[in-house]
Amino acid sequence: MISGNGPTLPPSEVPEYEARGLHVDLNTIDEVAGALDAGAWRPGDGWLAGGTYLFSEPQPHLRRLRDLTTLGWPSLTETPDGLLIAATCTIAELDRYGPPLFGRCCDAFLASFKIQHVATVGGNLCAALPAGPMTSLTAALDGSCTVESLSGERRLVPVVDFVTGDGTTDLRPAEFLRSVFLPASALTARSAFRRGSLHTLGRSAALVIGRVDADGTFVLTITASTRRPVQLRFATVPSAAELRARIPEDRWLDDVHGRPAWRRHLTLRYADEIRDELAAGS
Amino acid sequence: MIVNGVRHDREPRPGQCLRTHLRDLGHFGVKKGCDAGDCGACTVHVDGSPVHSCVYPAVRASDKAVTTIEGLADGDDLHPVQQRFLDAQGFQCGFCTAGFVMTAAALDDRQRDDLPRAFKGNLCRCTGYRAIEDAVHGVRHADEAGVGGNAPAPAGPLVVTGAARYTFDVDVPDLLHLRVLRSPHAHARIVRIDTSAALAVPGVHTVLTHEDAPAKLFSTGRHERDQDDPLDTRVLDDVVRFRGQRVAAVVAESEGAAEEACRRIVVEYDVLDAVLDAEEALRPGAPVLHPGKGPGDGIARAEANVAGEVHGEIGDVEAALAAADATWTGTFRTQRVQHASLETHGSVAWFDRAGRLVVRSSSQVPFLTRRALCTLFDLPLDRVRVLTGRVGGGFGGKQEMLAEDLVALAALTTRRPVKYEYTRSEQFEGATTRHPFTTRIRLGATSDGTLTALDLRIVSNTGAYGNHGPGVLFHACGESMAVYRCANKKVEGYAAYTNTVPSGAFRGYGLGQVLFAVESAMDELARELGLDPVEFRARNVIRAGDPLVTPAGHEADLTVASYGLDQCLDVVRTARASRPDAVGEGWLVGEGTAVAMIATTPPNGHYADATLTLLADGRYDLAVGTAEFGNGSTTVFAQIAADVLGTSTDRVTIRQSDTDVVGHDTGAFGSTGTTVTGNAVLSAARALRERLLAAAGGGTRLDADAVVVGTTRVTLKDLAETAGSTRLTAHGHFGGTPRSVAFNVQWFRVAVDPGTGEIRILRSVHAADAGTVMNPMQCRGQIEGGIAQALGAALFEEVRIDADGAVTNPTLRTYHLPTFADVPRTDVHFVTGVHDPVGPLGAKSMSESPFNPVAPALANAVRDATGVRFTALPLARDVVWQTLTEGTGAR
Repeated sequence: MISGNGPTLPPSEVPEYEARGLHVDLNTIDEVAGALDAGAWRPGDGWLAGGTYLFSEPQPHLRRLRDLTTLGWPSLTETPDGLLIAATCTIAELDRYGPPLFGRCCDAFLASFKIQHVATVGGNLCAALPAGPMTSLTAALDGSCTVESLSGERRLVPVVDFVTGDGTTDLRPAEFLRSVFLPASALTARSAFRRGSLHTLGRSAALVIGRVDADGTFVLTITASTRRPVQLRFATVPSAAELRARIPEDRWLDDVHGRPAWRRHLTLRYADEIRDELAAGS
Repeated sequence: MIVNGVRHDREPRPGQCLRTHLRDLGHFGVKKGCDAGDCGACTVHVDGSPVHSCVYPAVRASDKAVTTIEGLADGDDLHPVQQRFLDAQGFQCGFCTAGFVMTAAALDDRQRDDLPRAFKGNLCRCTGYRAIEDAVHGVRHADEAGVGGNAPAPAGPLVVTGAARYTFDVDVPDLLHLRVLRSPHAHARIVRIDTSAALAVPGVHTVLTHEDAPAKLFSTGRHERDQDDPLDTRVLDDVVRFRGQRVAAVVAESEGAAEEACRRIVVEYDVLDAVLDAEEALRPGAPVLHPGKGPGDGIARAEANVAGEVHGEIGDVEAALAAADATWTGTFRTQRVQHASLETHGSVAWFDRAGRLVVRSSSQVPFLTRRALCTLFDLPLDRVRVLTGRVGGGFGGKQEMLAEDLVALAALTTRRPVKYEYTRSEQFEGATTRHPFTTRIRLGATSDGTLTALDLRIVSNTGAYGNHGPGVLFHACGESMAVYRCANKKVEGYAAYTNTVPSGAFRGYGLGQVLFAVESAMDELARELGLDPVEFRARNVIRAGDPLVTPAGHEADLTVASYGLDQCLDVVRTARASRPDAVGEGWLVGEGTAVAMIATTPPNGHYADATLTLLADGRYDLAVGTAEFGNGSTTVFAQIAADVLGTSTDRVTIRQSDTDVVGHDTGAFGSTGTTVTGNAVLSAARALRERLLAAAGGGTRLDADAVVVGTTRVTLKDLAETAGSTRLTAHGHFGGTPRSVAFNVQWFRVAVDPGTGEIRILRSVHAADAGTVMNPMQCRGQIEGGIAQALGAALFEEVRIDADGAVTNPTLRTYHLPTFADVPRTDVHFVTGVHDPVGPLGAKSMSESPFNPVAPALANAVRDATGVRFTALPLARDVVWQTLTEGTGAR
């Protein structure tokens, strides 16, 4: 789903408990319209992209879906400055595009390759799950989100600021995510990737990506183990102690995908390993 | 939309997913497992690309070509992938099979070489994936054969083509839909329910509340003896005792209208104090869940939250512990686990032409359910028919009446057909789970390795209702304590009510929980004594001819009628001699063993009827009451009948799990498919054979076409024609007694990474004493599936409940089931030469018990590797790492 945290029905009318038990179809939806064909934004509107997340959870607050795929955005556009990824680009398209880091992040999905045929990069960002691999990838590569309103106004938000918490984003009512731009400097950087899960090929409990740009800048991006992306930037590859000292201690996530102490441990371990790997090549 | 080459003009509803739209069009092969994109049972191809149709907007497929399992094959020939799933019998219940076939058919070579990744989005709860892997790779196992051979499941061709009809794969005219409003409180009295706004929703026919429900108390748990389970439940109650309990049911023209009406019901609650922990519930002053009920309702001590209790001692445990050369004491905990059968609970009710109430249900116990419905609604048995389609997995969860009472009430109220299908989340929040157990164990032994004391204190958490609570508690301390010869045994056990989702019957029925404690403690005691854990067990295990002794007493009809445990232990001895694989730096390697014993039939009555009839074309019709949910018993019945009647299994057609087809069948639970119903089939087959020989005028031999009488052959067709309307038929019955025991031994070699907590299974070996193995292919599948399910419970599965009593992980993406990537291959060994005198043709049970030794064998291997005794499940990576790091385990 690509959805603003837009106005919804009063919470008392949609108790989460009831809603959870009743999900099969999205029976409260009475219309699916083109994204921009449906007039003014109204309570109960929601954005539809691939639909794989939207249809996987109860959405009793939604009445109308506005389909972003009707806008016909080209999925991937290479520019001299970098890569523009449309929000509606599917995971499978991105995977096929190719750099190894893209592949590793696509492989980090708990979801199957069949979901990846349909699910979109933007949908993963907007679902804002801590383990969202597209958040990991685009945050690690200094991605910036183009957020657009129904009136056509645009603003740029770095991916690390776009995801504001477990399931929350910076989107305002009636705004949608249009695209993510990855700068060439990050795309061409050397990178290292580590991931841990409670299960083999399971959902990420900690996903850490490091990169060293051509100018020597070292960037470490922590996702999955924290409620929102944590990014640390150094002019050069730091020492292990310098790196450790900068990792914040108050962000560890506690949910069914792993205990916080373990996620912290994995994260620190991966950070060390990534630092060593990238330092060795410098 | 073009579906399987046919254009359909019916427009989907705006918020409809492709799965339900395809089913509306009659493509019942497209299954619902999760409706969240997690299980893959709904996989179809859209314009050639495989997708999960439950999370695919149906409107988006309006201009596309969709292929479902029904359209995969070219004409009447099977698609090669369908043929491979048949050849390898890559399914059990088959509910996930359409999704696996549709996925496998879309894989390229690279994906076929990496099946753990390719099947990341396909869950199978039955097979343990080995058979599926074999299917993808074209390995052939199935072969037409009688008893002892790998006969394929009769329903196989239907399963792989999506034509097998499960519970909801029926088109019932004028069907109404039922949805349930569930409690947001762990414990509350309902002060007032206002249904007026709900009734005003267009399409709503009725809203049922406790005011509409019978006052009668019943148990959702079903046994042959009704008094085995506490009578503490109403269809709809004015007190809710767990978060997720039914409060009201809406019956409407559509699921959407029913949901909308549920949202508009206004309920005023008087919230009561709740207790979630079983030990706390037993303490004086704890909130009482069922005040006013008591022994007359089958509850041991309602005022103390004790649903059932057990106390017993043989010998003198305290004296034996005092005199022992070595003792070991520990407290073990097993968690709340869900059955997670791919087909959820649910039922469809309608009235037949005679006005009889017909309930089609996802049930392991149609006959017991009919009896319960008749008692509840004051109906004679001949006014109710209960039947099942093919059932999409059970694992004990469907030895329970969880939907039938509600659809019956709704149908009787509206006089219309009514369907109620659980969502996946309701499965977690409003069905049943495995009983969580806390088991304190004390063991003593003398220095020569003789076990002298076995003492258990068990507290099980039965949740808000007592269904199966006493039964599971009693069984838990049965074979688990009888498997070791020991002069002094004592047990004290309580099944405690708490304000949590009810526990219920689950594969192993309590044995696995207690065996986790017993087999872990035996391992420790062997170490205390400086003895080898396997040889220490071998010294103390029950032997052929020994009585089965538990502190709770000895059941006269249960004996070690045949014995293969010695051979099982030999299999482990051989496995242990193998060289370990190389592991990475820092990984710790260890091995562990555990044994399990199980009675081949439950106590207190388990009955089955079977009827065999010669048909006009020389084939046979076999009617049995038991349900098929992937256990494979139907295949075995065909093999038994074919062997006795000298025919082939494809000439035996089977009608089953319908109260109309035979007199009675207690049900498909307690590992009885082969041992009880199989015996009834054997008896019917032998009787029919005698009858056919006699009808031919003193025949001496029967083959597939004729009875041989002297030098002439009287064809079966002629016999049937001569008999005419009198039909050549015979009945068989088995009374479920006497009973024998079966054995399972599991061995693991594992590597543990103390840096991450990961446990890697290097080798898995399982030895089974199933007596005569009726169908090695199927029996191996049962064992592999049991191991896989048990590995889930041992390694990561846990239904989590928060401080308010809410289930926090009621989806398959938050409650992780073993995937293809999680399950190692297991070497399965059957003992040879063991012929059980009780079971049909020497066979013993092999369905629940493979589950039971897995967790302790794994924990023993981890103990061997790390030096740390894990006393609680699951052994999740975060828990293992934290325990090893902080040293909080029992060392």
